[in-house]
Amino acid sequence: MGKHPEYIDWEKELAKNLSRCPERKEKFTNHGGEDIPRLAVPDQIDERYLENIGFPGRYPYTRGVQPTMYRGRFWTMRQYAGFSTASESNKRYRYLLEHGTTGLSVAFDLPTQIGYDSDHPMAAGEVGKVGVAIDSLADMELLFDRIPLDKVSTSMTINAPAAILLAMYAAVAEKQGVEISRIRGTIQNDILKEYVARGTYIFPPKPSLRLITDTFKWCTEHTPEFNTISISGYHIREAGSTAVQEVAFTLANGITYVQAALDAGLELDNFAPRLSFFFNASSDLLEEISKFRAARRLWARIMKDRFHAKKPASLMLRFHTQTAGYTLTAQQIDNNIVRVAIQALSAVLGGTQSLHTNSRDEALSLPTEDSVRTALRTQQVIAHESGVANTVDPLAGSYFIEELTDRIEVQASELIAKIDKAGGVVAAIEDGFIQRQIENSAYEYQQEIEKGERIIVGVNEFKIDEQTKPPLLRVNPEVENGQVLSLKTVREERDNNNVEEALANLSACARSSSNLMPEILAAVKTYATLGEICHVLREEFGEYRG
Amino acid sequence: MPEQKKTYRVLIGKPGLDGHDRGAKFIARALRDAGFEVVYTGIRRTPEEIAAAAVQEDVSAVGLSLLSGAHMSLFPAVVRALRNAGAGDIPVLGGGIIPDEDIGPLKDSGINAVYTPGTPVDKIIAAFRSACESQEAGRT
Repeated sequence: MGKHPEYIDWEKELAKNLSRCPERKEKFTNHGGEDIPRLAVPDQIDERYLENIGFPGRYPYTRGVQPTMYRGRFWTMRQYAGFSTASESNKRYRYLLEHGTTGLSVAFDLPTQIGYDSDHPMAAGEVGKVGVAIDSLADMELLFDRIPLDKVSTSMTINAPAAILLAMYAAVAEKQGVEISRIRGTIQNDILKEYVARGTYIFPPKPSLRLITDTFKWCTEHTPEFNTISISGYHIREAGSTAVQEVAFTLANGITYVQAALDAGLELDNFAPRLSFFFNASSDLLEEISKFRAARRLWARIMKDRFHAKKPASLMLRFHTQTAGYTLTAQQIDNNIVRVAIQALSAVLGGTQSLHTNSRDEALSLPTEDSVRTALRTQQVIAHESGVANTVDPLAGSYFIEELTDRIEVQASELIAKIDKAGGVVAAIEDGFIQRQIENSAYEYQQEIEKGERIIVGVNEFKIDEQTKPPLLRVNPEVENGQVLSLKTVREERDNNNVEEALANLSACARSSSNLMPEILAAVKTYATLGEICHVLREEFGEYRG
Repeated sequence: MPEQKKTYRVLIGKPGLDGHDRGAKFIARALRDAGFEVVYTGIRRTPEEIAAAAVQEDVSAVGLSLLSGAHMSLFPAVVRALRNAGAGDIPVLGGGIIPDEDIGPLKDSGINAVYTPGTPVDKIIAAFRSACESQEAGRT
């Protein structure tokens, strides 16, 4: 029997692709000089194979979203970082870029994430702790000082005030002389998981969804290379969910955003290609690999069957992965390097587009520079030494992997159907259904550890008496005072009439149904602070209380 | 776990802006299973709100959880808020991502005990029980 016509067709398209963008090496060989096949396929390609597994870069995308995957280009090594002040974080970014990181990922402190300026009473004690404090455009200018925004892609973990930070980023690009249409990156902008897992919500669901669809629309027109959302299962898993729940709740949130955008009058194939996802890579290697493959296939099917997307790019689930923070132990912390390596491997074997590897000391504090370097090196070892990046989706066709992939897809679909039946995600959040599911899974998992049914090496087995303490990174307590002082200077030096006017316009816009982005952008350019802008929106939209 | 004779009421609080409440919820449920009555504040409460809830619910102990690094200012702030509310006798226990070197100063500021990741839950339950017992002994 000859080659299946679909395979021939895929090879033809591949040849065209390769002439346009060649792979990273001319030849991929082992030690011994033998060729490593780009894609291994079964001898007999049948309908079942085509329907469930197929070819990389083709529906249903089980084998990956690009035809050559990491033979073309490695995943983006993107280390989440940021602490203290904008200039301190800027140093860490430039350090990471020097050491071969290929994308930035900004961690903001909690006051920034919740829309409080550093001098707000609720911010006391939290300024600069889990990320960098950004009060106004002035901080953002320092954060990206000497980092050309047309050259790097930047991911920003920001949700409730995502539109404001995106506006600041665009404003910095303009000041650098970079056309804003050329900026690349991602804003997390995923409020739904904040209500159930992460906690940095500000406004109630309805106006929050409006802010999100406004950014979708604005980005489609102004920043076509920016991912407008990173629909995140990461934190759902961190809060204690199972792998199936992670997929189900994440994709259910995705469905909600797509529907909200359609309801706001956006064209599906205009905004859907810029949706991106973010998953957790936990320790169960084979389950995690299957999870990524299942999520990709399920999303493709949802976009095709439920929403009737036409463009291939609308069907593709592109995702970032971070290794699982919750699996890190405070005991024998070097063991965490091994955990992270296994987890990172699952993400690569599962076809991730970008990856953050956690540092060994994160169960104790923010990571030190040395620990961060080891975490990055872990990715580089997988990329350059392990060989897994030389072929596409090497585990396809494994009986176990395919069975698990199928099972995760089926179980996640069932859970999504349950949410649909309950009236959708917002109703399921208001009812507490999603929170209860996560909480029950978290409780069971921890009880297994407590009872010794689940072994965590170094914690409930193989324990030692540890004498030496690793060096920890401490955020200087003076950071808060310093930040409050610079904020004061910004308020004194700007033209306050401009600020007042911009905030009044924003307020009026919030009451109308116009897109909020242009007014937010105008406001940040006057050096109106994040807290002032959020205050205006809090007045108009009200606040959500969990 | 043996059922305790007296039912103590405790409050689990999340001060500040930190949303990580997997640990807090686990401790709340484990205490409930061990026979305590547990009030969980939910996330993002001010020290004053936590103190007011502790007084209103007439609890025998307060447990705080924080993973954001703000424990050095927020844990003592809860102790102060309790004192200001006339409930300085309620013992406060803390947990979360807390460097060892901070534990001494936290105790000096009035925190009864601090538990870090990997602590067996039985040990934490026992600590709550003894904190409740000594609080009761102090009152009578």
